[in-house]
Amino acid sequence: MIPLFTVIPLGTAFIVALIGRFVKWLSDIFATLANLVLVVLSFFLLVKLQSTPNNVITYKVGGWIPPFGILLVVDYLSVMMLLTVNIVALCSTVFSISYMERYTDKWKYYSLFMLMLAGMNGVIITGDIFNMYVFLEIAAIASYALVSFGCESEELEASFKYLVLGSVASSLILLSIALVYSYISSLNFADIAKVLENLPKERTYIIKFVIMLMIVGFGLKAALVPFHSWLPDAHPSAPAPISAMLSGVLIKTLGIYALVRLLFNVFGIQQNMLKILVLLGILSMIVGVILALYQWDYKRLLAYHSISQVGYIILGIGLGTPLGILGGIFHLINHSLFKSLLFLTSGATEYTLSTRDLRLMGGLKQKMPYTTFCALVGSMSISGIPPFNGFWSKFIIILACIQINNIFAAIIAAVVSLLTLSSFTKVMKYGFYTEPQNNTAQIQIKEVPVYMVISMLILSVLCIIAGILVLPQIRTLFLDKVVFVLQKGTEYGNIVFSNL
Amino acid sequence: MKGMTLIVKTVTRLTVGLIMLYGLYITFHGHLTPGGGFAGGVILSLSFIHLILAFGKEFVIKKFSETITSVGESLAAVIFLSIAVSGFLAGYFFKNFYGQGVPFKLFSAGIILPCNLAIFLKVGLGLFSAFLCLVLFVSTNSKE
Repeated sequence: MIPLFTVIPLGTAFIVALIGRFVKWLSDIFATLANLVLVVLSFFLLVKLQSTPNNVITYKVGGWIPPFGILLVVDYLSVMMLLTVNIVALCSTVFSISYMERYTDKWKYYSLFMLMLAGMNGVIITGDIFNMYVFLEIAAIASYALVSFGCESEELEASFKYLVLGSVASSLILLSIALVYSYISSLNFADIAKVLENLPKERTYIIKFVIMLMIVGFGLKAALVPFHSWLPDAHPSAPAPISAMLSGVLIKTLGIYALVRLLFNVFGIQQNMLKILVLLGILSMIVGVILALYQWDYKRLLAYHSISQVGYIILGIGLGTPLGILGGIFHLINHSLFKSLLFLTSGATEYTLSTRDLRLMGGLKQKMPYTTFCALVGSMSISGIPPFNGFWSKFIIILACIQINNIFAAIIAAVVSLLTLSSFTKVMKYGFYTEPQNNTAQIQIKEVPVYMVISMLILSVLCIIAGILVLPQIRTLFLDKVVFVLQKGTEYGNIVFSNL
Repeated sequence: MKGMTLIVKTVTRLTVGLIMLYGLYITFHGHLTPGGGFAGGVILSLSFIHLILAFGKEFVIKKFSETITSVGESLAAVIFLSIAVSGFLAGYFFKNFYGQGVPFKLFSAGIILPCNLAIFLKVGLGLFSAFLCLVLFVSTNSKE
């Protein structure tokens, strides 16, 4: 049943492309149903994983034995990503039902959306490095098209920039894969890990070069700071549900998940690599939040905060301690939830006001109570206000920094959190709580359609309750096992082969 | 009269069929010789592009509108996916469940030939519709 995670979205994409142009209403139903099935399947996989030995499920595509055939591998890290991606995708699809009415050719949008989802799910479930590259390109190319979906000049420019930098990243990744293949003669994750373990230390020098290529390549996909310049253009230009998908899950799947999986489980992490990750994380946090501070464009501000929050995730994982990885992984889940929620609220305000400038908004509190509530929840989560999920993950990351005596990183994390709070205070004040700026335009404002409200409310509720994942009883069931997958490192190879 | 001169048109009329045939040959021998669905599909789309260049776009669009190519492309993708999914019947996704036949014979290697044919259609029509989009884009722009 693991291949279903790519088969269902691919099938939906092609069927919608085939009959969507003739039967308009079908594409909504098809896409929503497919996403619903994927969410249910993810939960089913989570339950099934608990009863399997070693908590790993493998699937041989076409019945070929690895390392010759493609192997699909699902462990707790994959299931966590699958759950996050598919839940956010479901909410985005439900949001799109009303939101995308403004655009022509909705079926093209759904077709591309499902292709992107297929690519992301494929990256997550695959256990083969070249297969991962193929799915990564499927997701990336679909996202290039989706960024330019409005076909305005600004959107085309952003998409072109994204396309160029994305292609640079892809070629670096492809080069690194070629080097690995020429050196190890295998493309299977588990097999590479096993071969590398048995090689003498002095013969693994090329792997260092490969890892550097991968950090740059996946860093470009994840928009870490020296490589971030495409993100602030690309993410605001896309339609709001796509911004939610891009910022919420795409950069994490293609960037962070792929990088972390390869570094920790395949090549084996070393101390100097961790230092690079910490440095990149700290840089991203600071630069992202400072650039976000003076933005007045709601979606652009959110895009800059994505850079900053991805910095938190990379910092947490880069610390390398169990607590740090726990914080990073947990922040990854939380950021997916609250950043997609915030992008959806920005879509809702744009839907009614046709502007993204915070100075032209205002007074939305009475007219759009649900949107205001959701934006408030999202803002408080991202700023790290205690009962919300963002607080717990940031708190764990700061604790993990202190635990290994990296006081500098801890202080930076706390200060960046404060700056995030100030930035979102601005959003809430100017966007929602002040008096209306332009009285004539404000009269016709009413709450957005019900599908948009439902999807935002689902994400808000998830933001509020996601904090329970760190409660000790629940943590041992899920998050601790995710951390354990990364902690085991290159042991991954033996575990996968023992579970064939 | 649209398109190029009579000489070009006559030569095109004679060669287009052969080019398509060569594309089909490359596809049908995908599991025996170098090539396959992708290469064959590119050759198929080149033959269509050849027609556009020689006879002008109106001539071709009358027969192969954007809708037809796009639907055909999606259909080919669905066919490919259903071949892959039908492997589930034999136990595995993408399982080569069909009779393997004698090696190096034309009809052998199970599902590889149908897969190649689906890729042939998908790539051929896909590249052609990308070319059509470029052609149509210029025409809508110049009308303004």
